[in-house]
Amino acid sequence: MSNLDIWTYAIVGTTFALYIGIAIWARAATTGEFYVAGKGVHPVANGMATAADWMSAASFISMAGLIAFEGYGASVFLMGWTGGYVLLALLLAPYLRKFGKFTVPEFIGDRYYSQTARIVAVICLILASITYVIGQMKGIGVAFSRFLETSYEMGLYIGMGIVAVYAVLGGMKGITYTQIAQYVVLIFAYTIPAIFISLALTGVPLPQIGLGGNYAPGDGTVTLLGKLDQVVTDLGFREYTTAVMGSSLNMFVYTLSLMIGTAGLPHVIIRFFTVPKVADARYSAGWALVFIAILYTTAPAVGAMARLNLIDTIQVGEVGSPEGNLLYEERPEWFKKWETTGLLQFEDKNDDGRIQYYDDTNEAFAEKAETFGWKGNEMVKVDRDIMVLANPEIAGLPNWVIALVVAGGLAAALSTAAGLLLAISSAISHDLLKGVFMKGISEKSELRAGRISMVGAILVAGYLGLNPPGFAAGTVAIAFGLAASSIFPALMMGIFMKKMNNAGAIAGMLSGISVTLLYVFQHKGIFFVPGTSFLMPELGMGPDWFFGISPNAFGAVGALVNFIVAFAVAKVTAPPPEHIQHLVEDVRVPRGSADAVADH
Amino acid sequence: MTPENRAAYWKSNLRLLAVLLIIWFVVSYGLGIILVEPLNAFHLGGYPLGFWFAQQGSIYVFLVLIFVYAVSMNRLDKKFDVDEQ
Repeated sequence: MSNLDIWTYAIVGTTFALYIGIAIWARAATTGEFYVAGKGVHPVANGMATAADWMSAASFISMAGLIAFEGYGASVFLMGWTGGYVLLALLLAPYLRKFGKFTVPEFIGDRYYSQTARIVAVICLILASITYVIGQMKGIGVAFSRFLETSYEMGLYIGMGIVAVYAVLGGMKGITYTQIAQYVVLIFAYTIPAIFISLALTGVPLPQIGLGGNYAPGDGTVTLLGKLDQVVTDLGFREYTTAVMGSSLNMFVYTLSLMIGTAGLPHVIIRFFTVPKVADARYSAGWALVFIAILYTTAPAVGAMARLNLIDTIQVGEVGSPEGNLLYEERPEWFKKWETTGLLQFEDKNDDGRIQYYDDTNEAFAEKAETFGWKGNEMVKVDRDIMVLANPEIAGLPNWVIALVVAGGLAAALSTAAGLLLAISSAISHDLLKGVFMKGISEKSELRAGRISMVGAILVAGYLGLNPPGFAAGTVAIAFGLAASSIFPALMMGIFMKKMNNAGAIAGMLSGISVTLLYVFQHKGIFFVPGTSFLMPELGMGPDWFFGISPNAFGAVGALVNFIVAFAVAKVTAPPPEHIQHLVEDVRVPRGSADAVADH
Repeated sequence: MTPENRAAYWKSNLRLLAVLLIIWFVVSYGLGIILVEPLNAFHLGGYPLGFWFAQQGSIYVFLVLIFVYAVSMNRLDKKFDVDEQ
């Protein structure tokens, strides 16, 4: 066993023992504790737990990798996944806390005085959450496959087992305290290597400043971003600081979709039911964003510096010179290890024994490359999701830092998977069984049903995770689109439009999520099953046919459809009864907030 | 609490929301996406300015917005006497 293996087992083992210890210590005994941690959580602690819950494999493992390869275009993730907290804090959190219920469908069912609305909300919630868990499974699979040096599939199976044991035992109370520990682990794991690398490349320890600093290994006059722009364009790639994702319109809609989705995702909203007061709910969202921003403002530096280091490793000399590219025989250890996972693949197209990595889809540059004797990009697969995990190795950091990053990635994926599974299980056991189909169910049976539905959700997500519809962050973006197009508009209209009625809300949710699902399935396959996509280029429905908007970004369009349909239907149907309008007035005022009650 | 008082409280709330959401929109969509190209002509240290807003600045502004909201709303609650006791 190598020194790195020992470090990895030690750190991953210790952190896991810590999480499990906390989960057992804070084990949920009542449904109240299982769903909302019994309401006794301080806003700062709650903010930290929310941050861990929120920052998933997509944020930790995947996002910086996407930033590394997309450059400016990946800003959609940075703005989208933080700006949503503004919407959440201003438009939803305090009101939902005042309303004082356990779950999001419960609010929708009561506000729209309709069991149908509640069931529709449950379905939307499950669709969004399962898609989200698929993204986590991809991240967990990548982390375990590298850590145990096995295939991605095997890594995924092991990850499923661990998530199952961990989430099913705990419930919300256990999850909240464990998530605080996980936040601490993941934020150290993310920032420590970033500080090391920033120091090496710019001489500035703070990555947020370093990214705007000068490139130190050069003569110190060129900026880091300037250097990066030059290095990537020399190899035919698009300029780092200006490369857009799709188009400006696509980026606009993508960002909007992620923001609205953030404010519509049940496992995040549920967090604001766990604080003692309405005033605390407002601060809680702010604290959550403080803890999230530490990672999100570091990520751009991690991405940019990883890209620079990766290219430096492969393109060791002048572009086009005979000795300019790394010999495959001399590839570093990390390269070999990632090759065993299948997530990094090399193919010597021109049989020169050296690695050529460049953009062969850029026609002008591909022609020039041919004059060097290059026959195409030989890094045939560089899975974006490996970048954060590989980054410290590429930069040659000490083994304990590399081990820490693996532990951090697992903490991020586990904490979010647990939060999502909890949202799914509460939707099934609390909303569907207790709320609609089996009203007399005992508290004990309700808890058992919750745990069984968690296991079911893990199996489905794991199976679909074998063929994920994209990189972890892309898959998660689809989940946000689904939440954006269904749940957010229903919640917002429920608070801000006294006259919104049951028919309007139901029609809105159904039409919003339907258009989004159709567009996503058309591109990615029905329920992401490969080979079932149904793009119709002959009818003008090629990839991204709707104004060049990508399926990952489509949630904002779905949300717009939701709002329009809801308005139209509400106009021609009966307004909500008097007592519902009073309810809305009451939700708008903080005074008189009480603890959430399970029965109503 | 009188209905007039309630309406006035809600109106002040909506006004605050409008101001904060306009800033939210301008910083992210305006400076980070729509105006990014002209802004990139300026620099903040080694950052092109539009790029900085998209990858750093907007996040800092979001943070400030939420805390400003929380403080102003808690003050508003007290003024209209609707805070939790």
